[in-house]
Amino acid sequence: MEQSDLGNVPRPIEPDEYFAPGHRACIGCGEVLALRMVCKALGKDVIIANATGCMEIVSSPFPGTSWRVPWIHTLFENTAAVAAGIECAVRILERKGKIAAGQITVVGMGGDGGTSDIGFQALSGALERGHNFIYVCFDNEAYMNTGIQRSSATPFGAMTTTSPPGKVSIGQRTRKKNMPEIAVAHHIPYVATLNPSYPRDLAAKVQKAKSIPGAKYLHAFSPCPTGWRCATDLSIELGRLAVETGIFPLYEVENGAYRLTKKLSKLKPVNDYLKLQGRFRHLTDDIREQIQQQVDRDYQALLKKAGVPITQDE
Amino acid sequence: MSKRVGIEASFAVAEAAKLARVEVVAAYPITPQTHIVERFSELVADGEVDAEFVCVESEHSALSACLGSSATGARTFTATAGQGLELMHEVLYVASSARLPIVMAVVNRALSGPLNVWGDHSDAMATRDCGWIQIFCTDGQEAFDQTICAFRIAEDAKVLFPVMVHLDGFHVSHVVEPMFLMEQNEVDAFIPPYKHPFPLHPDRPVTMGAFAGPAIYTEARKAQEEALKTSKSAICAVWDEFGKRFGRRYTPVETYRAEDAELLLLIMGSFSQTAEIAVDALRQKGKKVGLVRMRLWRPFPFEELRQAVRGAKVLAVFDRCLSYGGSGGPVCGEVKAALYDEKERPAVFGFVGGLGGRDVFPEEFERIIERGFALADQGQESTYEMIGVRE
Repeated sequence: MEQSDLGNVPRPIEPDEYFAPGHRACIGCGEVLALRMVCKALGKDVIIANATGCMEIVSSPFPGTSWRVPWIHTLFENTAAVAAGIECAVRILERKGKIAAGQITVVGMGGDGGTSDIGFQALSGALERGHNFIYVCFDNEAYMNTGIQRSSATPFGAMTTTSPPGKVSIGQRTRKKNMPEIAVAHHIPYVATLNPSYPRDLAAKVQKAKSIPGAKYLHAFSPCPTGWRCATDLSIELGRLAVETGIFPLYEVENGAYRLTKKLSKLKPVNDYLKLQGRFRHLTDDIREQIQQQVDRDYQALLKKAGVPITQDE
Repeated sequence: MSKRVGIEASFAVAEAAKLARVEVVAAYPITPQTHIVERFSELVADGEVDAEFVCVESEHSALSACLGSSATGARTFTATAGQGLELMHEVLYVASSARLPIVMAVVNRALSGPLNVWGDHSDAMATRDCGWIQIFCTDGQEAFDQTICAFRIAEDAKVLFPVMVHLDGFHVSHVVEPMFLMEQNEVDAFIPPYKHPFPLHPDRPVTMGAFAGPAIYTEARKAQEEALKTSKSAICAVWDEFGKRFGRRYTPVETYRAEDAELLLLIMGSFSQTAEIAVDALRQKGKKVGLVRMRLWRPFPFEELRQAVRGAKVLAVFDRCLSYGGSGGPVCGEVKAALYDEKERPAVFGFVGGLGGRDVFPEEFERIIERGFALADQGQESTYEMIGVRE
């Protein structure tokens, strides 16, 4: 049973499903699992704006739909702006008494490409303006919908079709853009990381985001067996390993205050995570060690922000 | 009762949006549209209109926010110009295919490069295939009237398309004119409250923006084309009712001294007023010339245009836009296509001018008319010329 450090965790998680089965996601898709959990935690009273991407494509081939809640897809890079428009409409329609007050939570959703690359400007604008909405990034670390091309969220060293390892390349040469930190820099009231391998932690954070007025940013780790070149039954395990190695820490930032929601006494070696995935297969021991050191530094920096005493592991 | 006031056209457009009780405005400032959004901001700041005004970070986000707002059931307005309209480009198609009745004032401006903030129709012409209703205004009064009408047209259950109200940058937008503005109760009686037939709401979930594969995409396009074509009668009905209520009558195509004209000059937008002076001057000299003003650009008024030019020997079409490497001005090209099947059609010559804010004076329109006669006398094939180019 998952242990969560968050208080008042609702049990059981909302039994109703708002994202219907029958969608076309790949076998073992960790993103659609995260999406389903986010929807359950949000409940029925939402309006969702969704960017172009895997979750949009698998869920809405006309005339079918997997959405049991009001949902709109328009384009790739504008989802936060669409959500901002929805939020403004909700506000004025509530004020004029045309719809019930306080019923609707507005949500914007996109993948890592739609969030950290092409939709970055629209998201930054919407966060800065402080619209009362939740933005959820489902991060599978590359453009998976178009066939595994690198994004700014692709981790260092990973193989994608546009960051292929070769005679003079190790694969992705840049570090993963830190979207939660960028969201924090907008001085919004709530930022948190989510992971479908930790469903109660995920649900509690989504519900917390729902209860806080203003702009909220949630970043959901989304294992992708297709793009990560791994076995389809490894998504949950990879999610756990990402947390346990310190690669994707679970934390929240409320009004600027950092708090780890999954504390670890000791990190597992990053290679436990890397070795299960074909996208890292080409990496030499030297590069793996380089990644280990970077993860250690990043994790220590996070602990410092969260005010956790740093213990020196042997 | 309507009152006559001196007001800048941009302010009048903002006033029209206020009188229409618009609920959400999302806009990004760009010359020469700025006075519209600045004025509207003031109206919101002074509590004169109960609306959400969103200062977005780009035009792309402006129209994207309008999509969300309109889909949720709020009456939605924006305004832009030139580069801003181009940045909105891909969003324009979504607004029309999602059948969202957004009203947008487009203050027509030239496109880069070279950078130029002054008026022409390059921006508007680049959006002609986006599925919006496009109305070209002649002056500030019309910009005000058409903004009011645009909400009625867009939200008509038989229409449900977004509408662009085009006013020429600076030549219309920044001119202070005497205008008749309506009272709130008059506008309330003319524009019923907006009710989207299937808004985004949890009590009745809908999926908007599903994707269409090859098996259904063509049908979706055809359905949209049919709907846009048939919207013309609803547009005319709104203009008719507006005319009855307020006394100013608008039609898709207008003529001026065209009855027995051998040569007609066809123009969209404010330059048609300048050209009227040229027509008057030449009429005084006994020349049989007249003017055709096209107001409705999309849906294209085929029948009205054919009717208007019937009997003329020469048609000179004036464009404030150049289609590089093509047949000259886009209006001229479309007018020619519209007349191709006519048994007796005028010789059509295109003239491109007024680019990037260049003034065209009445004397120049007189020269265009003379040139049209000359080309016809020479038995010239259909051609186009750029006017006023300094060699």
